[in-house]
Amino acid sequence: MNIKNLIEQTGWKLATEKADLNTEIEGVYCGDLLSWVMGNGEPGQAWITVQVHMNIVAVAKLREFSCILIADNANLTPEIIDRAEGEEIAIIETGIPVFESARKLIELGV
Amino acid sequence: MAVILHEEFKVERNDYSNAGKISSRVKDFLKQIGVNPKTLRRIAVACYEAEINLVIHSDGGMVYMDVMDDGSIQLTFEDVGPGIPDLEKALTPGFSTASNEARNLGFGAGMGLPNIKRVSDGFDITSSPEGTTLKLSFTDRNE
Repeated sequence: MNIKNLIEQTGWKLATEKADLNTEIEGVYCGDLLSWVMGNGEPGQAWITVQVHMNIVAVAKLREFSCILIADNANLTPEIIDRAEGEEIAIIETGIPVFESARKLIELGV
Repeated sequence: MAVILHEEFKVERNDYSNAGKISSRVKDFLKQIGVNPKTLRRIAVACYEAEINLVIHSDGGMVYMDVMDDGSIQLTFEDVGPGIPDLEKALTPGFSTASNEARNLGFGAGMGLPNIKRVSDGFDITSSPEGTTLKLSFTDRNE
């Protein structure tokens, strides 16, 4: 499944305008402690977090995640979106808790 | 062994919003010269963690990247203090002295140095109140 399919099938909101929607999603990682995510995430995964800070973009870029999924309506700022667009990392807001977001992805077969 | 490519970067104390940028640049440089993707990922993890350590724990410092003529990569992180009082504890997974400010931003899991040690081929750290030097080396390989 790619990012475009995910958005179509969930109705989740794409926060970044500049992003490659054809990027394939290969698995999911959930976590908010950045070192934990950095140490355990795998390339291609969608990363679900409630951490909203500039540094999530660096983590996603360096860890080569396919996208960042912001759960629970955590407060995404324009600065983070700008940084993400600069690094070509897609950020999607799920609007539901981490667990529900992950369950939805499982239902979709990610 | 001779150095064939050298880059250096300055890290400012508590500059949370720029943390990770140096690691991105290091990764981009090494990608351009054809370093293996799996080696790149190990270097990215180590460089990011060490860069963050300088931001959240040190009074600032420098990152030096050297590509050697045998294809290995060396990263050196030098700061100007205040030093790590107990290196053994600092290397224990889960142990952290990060500030509340840093923890609120998702840092301070106590996994920084353990992550670095796990992914690097060479790991050497010395510390005193005048500063800490972390020297890492990586052999480029596709595994």
